[in-house]
Amino acid sequence: MKVLVAVKRVVDFNVKVRVKADHSGIDLANVKMAMNPFCEIAVEEAVRLKEQGIASEVVVVSVGPGAAQEQLRTALALGADRAVLVETVDELNALAVAKLLKAVADKEQPQLLILGKQAIDSDNNQTGQMLAALGGYAQGTFASKVSVEGGQLLVTREVDGGLQTVVLNLPAVVTTDLRLNEPRYASLPNIMKAKKKPLDTTTPEALSVSTASSNTVVKVEAPASRSAGIKVKSVAELVEKLKNEAKVI
Amino acid sequence: MAILVIAEHAGGALASATLNTVTAAAQVGGDIHVLVAGHGVGTVAEVAASIDGVSRVLVADAGAYAHQLPENIAPLIASLVIDQTVIYTHVLAPATANGKNILPRVAAVLDVDQISEIISVQSRDTFKRPIYAGNAIATVQSNAAIKVITVRATGFCAAGVGLPGDRAVIDPVAPPHDAGISRFVSEQLATSDRPELTAAKIVVSGGRGMQNGDNFKHLYSLADTLGAGVGASRAAVDAGFVPNDMQVGQTGKIVAPQLYIAVGISGAIQHLAGMKDSKVIVAINKDEEAPIFQVADYGLVADLFEAVPELQAAL
Repeated sequence: MKVLVAVKRVVDFNVKVRVKADHSGIDLANVKMAMNPFCEIAVEEAVRLKEQGIASEVVVVSVGPGAAQEQLRTALALGADRAVLVETVDELNALAVAKLLKAVADKEQPQLLILGKQAIDSDNNQTGQMLAALGGYAQGTFASKVSVEGGQLLVTREVDGGLQTVVLNLPAVVTTDLRLNEPRYASLPNIMKAKKKPLDTTTPEALSVSTASSNTVVKVEAPASRSAGIKVKSVAELVEKLKNEAKVI
Repeated sequence: MAILVIAEHAGGALASATLNTVTAAAQVGGDIHVLVAGHGVGTVAEVAASIDGVSRVLVADAGAYAHQLPENIAPLIASLVIDQTVIYTHVLAPATANGKNILPRVAAVLDVDQISEIISVQSRDTFKRPIYAGNAIATVQSNAAIKVITVRATGFCAAGVGLPGDRAVIDPVAPPHDAGISRFVSEQLATSDRPELTAAKIVVSGGRGMQNGDNFKHLYSLADTLGAGVGASRAAVDAGFVPNDMQVGQTGKIVAPQLYIAVGISGAIQHLAGMKDSKVIVAINKDEEAPIFQVADYGLVADLFEAVPELQAAL
């Protein structure tokens, strides 16, 4: 079974971002970039399926700038077999990304498509579901456990009240939640080997996909900041403040 | 011209996030219709019909809609929009696990981009939403004929329920869509008498400092004294102390109670993203350098195993 994994290049999760002075977006100059953490979990899951002999090939795809090759190389070092970069300088919205991934999926014909549940930059939580809709695939979002049984996919999902398990026909889309697995670190020999693995580049034009969006970001601003309050010395003082000053208990 | 609100419900009860979503719809302006899709949802529809400002409730009651499978419900919602018996300008759903699961699928079928987790309505086509774990707020404008939006409940107050003489019409919708590509197997839902995390007026949350799951009993006990819900940081969930449905943060639940008490939580930005809109924040942590103190109204540097029982005794 071929597995397609999508990864996104984002600002590293440890970076505290700054809004540009002209409110046009986030200042990304000299900011450390990394693979979106949920995408790392997606790569790990695919590699584990390959190690279990369930996946025959793991193809990793990214839609983004040329520099996203770094994240694809990381995925190759983690165990993916080959990579495809859909190169675009524009920052695309989720629907456009889903259409591009669908175009790649049409060529690759995977049985399983694994994505992160959301990217930590745009916080949209849309692409996997949109890809599933475009392909007519079943979807198992926010997955904490995935197994293949009798040609179908069993997915345990993290939902508001706890966990839900569904069975999906293949091909299917899975989006990863935090508890699905703990991604490995790439070893130095694997990083070296990854440099020789195939990485193909294509473009939205070559895939005949329109990336126009119905949404425009008009302005990006810093949130209302919350300042530190006071330190209380004792539990008694805390209770007094909560009762008489904040009046919340 | 109308707005379609997707009701969130579970166990035969309408979830409160639906009421916040109706308020967002009212701010957009227009006739408000609520879709209740599920199986055996007559009671939910009755309650939905009594929400202030709702003029019509559409009920899709069929086995195919049980368990909110997106493969079946997304085509239903899309068909209500495409059908054009009513011209819908907006589709709004609460940004719950179900809303997040279903709505992007609807947006893709309608070939429009979705706007996720709005926290304010600027005009009929312009909305504000947090990005980068709430470290920036984007103002997003949509030129789509149909705007597909999920609503963060904490950004809007709850619509009232049950004004006399203000009941909506209830209409069944047919036929059911069963894509036949997915099937519900089972669920393990947490049962608790405590208030639901996202609707609680007071939330007590524990982090890595709790050391193990058993120690959460101190927080449950404090929460019961306060009538509070209990949450946790990602660190506590990842460590297996408590189940995933308790996680508060960027990718977990977003809460904004009157009082948030963070116990043994350092305050990573991903956690702050889920609770910094709380009215009053209290932090109890033995590390006085913990970032949580930078957002806390009242900070107490203390050993939580002494401070929490003492706090409970003092209430």
